[in-house]
Amino acid sequence: MKTVKSPFKFKGGVHPDYNKELARDKAIEKLPLPAELVVSMSQHLGAPAKCLVKPGDFVRRGQVVGEKNGFISVCVRAPADGKVKAVEKRLGPAGGKADAVILDTTAKEEGNGERASILPPLDWKTATREELLKRVEEAGICGMGGAGFPTSVKLNPPPGKRCEYLILNGAECEPYLTADFRVMLERADRIRLGVEIMRKILGQPAVRIAIEANKPEAIDAMGKAFADIDGNVEIVVLPVLYPQGSEKHQIFATVGRVVPEPPALPIDVGCVVENVGTVAAIADAVELGEPLLERVTTVSGDAVVEPKNILAPSGTKYADLVAFCGGEKEPPAKVISGGTMMGFAVSTLEIGTTKTTSGLLLLSRKKVFQYASGACINCGRCLRACPMNLNPALISKAVDANDIKAAEDASVMDCIECGACSFGCPAYRTITQSCRRAKNSIRARIAAEKAKAQAAVEKK
Amino acid sequence: MRPKDTAEHYILSSSPHAHANASVSRIMLDVIVALLPTTAMGIYFFGMPAVWTIAVCVSTCIVTEALCRMAMKRESTIGDLSAVLTGLLLALNLPAGIPLWMAAVGSVFAIAIAKQVFGGLGMNPFNPALAARAFMLISFTGPMTTWLKPFWWRTPEAATTATPLAVMKTWFVAEATASASPHGLCNAACKGVPSLCDMLVGNMPGCIGEVSAAALALGAMYLLWRKVITWHIPVAFIATVFVYSLVAGGAPATMQVLTGGVMIGACFMATDYVTSPITAKGKLVFGFGCGLLCMLIRQFGSYPEGCSFAILIMNALCPLVNRWTQPRPFGAK
Repeated sequence: MKTVKSPFKFKGGVHPDYNKELARDKAIEKLPLPAELVVSMSQHLGAPAKCLVKPGDFVRRGQVVGEKNGFISVCVRAPADGKVKAVEKRLGPAGGKADAVILDTTAKEEGNGERASILPPLDWKTATREELLKRVEEAGICGMGGAGFPTSVKLNPPPGKRCEYLILNGAECEPYLTADFRVMLERADRIRLGVEIMRKILGQPAVRIAIEANKPEAIDAMGKAFADIDGNVEIVVLPVLYPQGSEKHQIFATVGRVVPEPPALPIDVGCVVENVGTVAAIADAVELGEPLLERVTTVSGDAVVEPKNILAPSGTKYADLVAFCGGEKEPPAKVISGGTMMGFAVSTLEIGTTKTTSGLLLLSRKKVFQYASGACINCGRCLRACPMNLNPALISKAVDANDIKAAEDASVMDCIECGACSFGCPAYRTITQSCRRAKNSIRARIAAEKAKAQAAVEKK
Repeated sequence: MRPKDTAEHYILSSSPHAHANASVSRIMLDVIVALLPTTAMGIYFFGMPAVWTIAVCVSTCIVTEALCRMAMKRESTIGDLSAVLTGLLLALNLPAGIPLWMAAVGSVFAIAIAKQVFGGLGMNPFNPALAARAFMLISFTGPMTTWLKPFWWRTPEAATTATPLAVMKTWFVAEATASASPHGLCNAACKGVPSLCDMLVGNMPGCIGEVSAAALALGAMYLLWRKVITWHIPVAFIATVFVYSLVAGGAPATMQVLTGGVMIGACFMATDYVTSPITAKGKLVFGFGCGLLCMLIRQFGSYPEGCSFAILIMNALCPLVNRWTQPRPFGAK
């Protein structure tokens, strides 16, 4: 085990104000069980889970309430004992509505005692690869860094593809967020165990633990936890640069490999990237039989009384998190689910957290910039900032002119929506938003074409 | 205390929710600041006529911009300082003794015709200040090619003179036709050639803002430090001029670079965002084209100076250069 500096630097990137000092020294605190949970069926990437309960049902902690619904999907388990108050469409952080189970955790069914564990604990050394994979799947684990890709799918490369590098994403390059940082500090042994389990599942790949240089304590903690591990394991210290946590850029920064354009995946270049929180969740699922029911969320920003890193069951309403932090210092002008670069501005605190809620930010008016977009002056800052080496200026002008074809020709589908272009734009153009618009409309067109082709086939 | 739960309570917007705090007006201000040394040197050498020319150009540009926006019923854009910058750049590209009404007409052309007709900032295909200068050179050829000597008030009986550019022109011509040895030619031509020191400081006839190479270099350094411009266009432009004159002969390469509009053109006119390519590769192509065209006009054209025409021609080619030099996405084949 050794610690090395990242030998590769990707092009572009920006340096936003990190503001991590607000919460970085706050040890993880466990939230007392809230009276009501809003458990979404769409906490992950892919098809939403199929709801199995109805109003009036009593559920036990860990019981499957949403069934895995397709290949790219994960199951949802009840984060606590309680009674189903309602099953209804609820607003998610991204603005869309999805089915959610509203759980009253104060109602208890008679005769239910404590259970030792939800799933039978597994000995990872004797368990087979298939048993371990199945455990990851039934524990409802998805990527906890943000995208929420089903982990069991990621850990099971298609035939002919082999994982050579398992990369642990501890970059946490989003401003304000310190949840992964605290997990690396406080749950280093869980991460170590998770890595050993994942190595077994993936066929003993080399391991790279990627951490940004502004987290020396995390680098130390990981160094200690992995000090006596066998095999090819390295901690790679990444330069502080946003978006260092982007999967493609992290792969390049740690092992120098370039993931081709979509639909290529990291596994096509022999890499699997997992967030450190996810790795710890795998350890819990295997060793303790504990599914992914709770996670650490950073609640921060200058409008919250006491920023904290909170261990809360998924489905906790934002309002309960804020209350646990002592409430608001002043009325926030903006509330963000996630970080300031890629997070979602939300309209209400009645939204429930999910398996991917890494942060909740309450920003006062002085921290929120408001703008009137001007004409592009062609300064090229967005080009230089774009880590995907696109021409965001061209794309945003094309979208302004409603010329989606031109945006597509400018490779807008490669955009990772990191926000680096808009961040530096002196004309305050909403470039990232334009990219999203173009991508959505291209996806809609492709879907429509597919449906049309399907219909034509069925007609024959 | 529970947070309020009303939809209109929080600002909603698409990510990112952080900004580097850059702004268009700050960029324009940076360029204006970078032009202050050469402006000061121009005033030092050419006196009150320079002051008046600058004042007339800047104020006319601001007024024209305001009137155009009003006529088009669009929001005012004076605050972005781009009109101020255009006025200043135009003035710095004019001879100090130009009649002020001509300077005013040029300023109106720069803003109304070269910029606002196309839709304002960001839309103009040609550099407004240079388009106006070309318009004035054709319309007012005499006054536009009458040059005050530095410190002209000390010799009021002979206040005007030829620029070193005219000398360099005859140099090219002489070299092509005469059989005189380069040394003899140099001796003959050297009468009108300023010393290296004078060229650096700006003690020679020329446009208000183009004479002081040192002040322009200082301004360019500032812009590079502020990351307003990148090195690509100035370096490609100046290097092309330098290498061309080494190969083609004629006046010394240093003189080709340090006299006329090359320094101000390479550092301030060709680097105009709107009318130059956006990619690094495109900028290199653009700078090379500017330098090459400038020298071709200086050697073969009927004007002694080709810098502004070179940049204008490359402005016209800019969309093409952009198309050729699109970046390749990370991971693309």
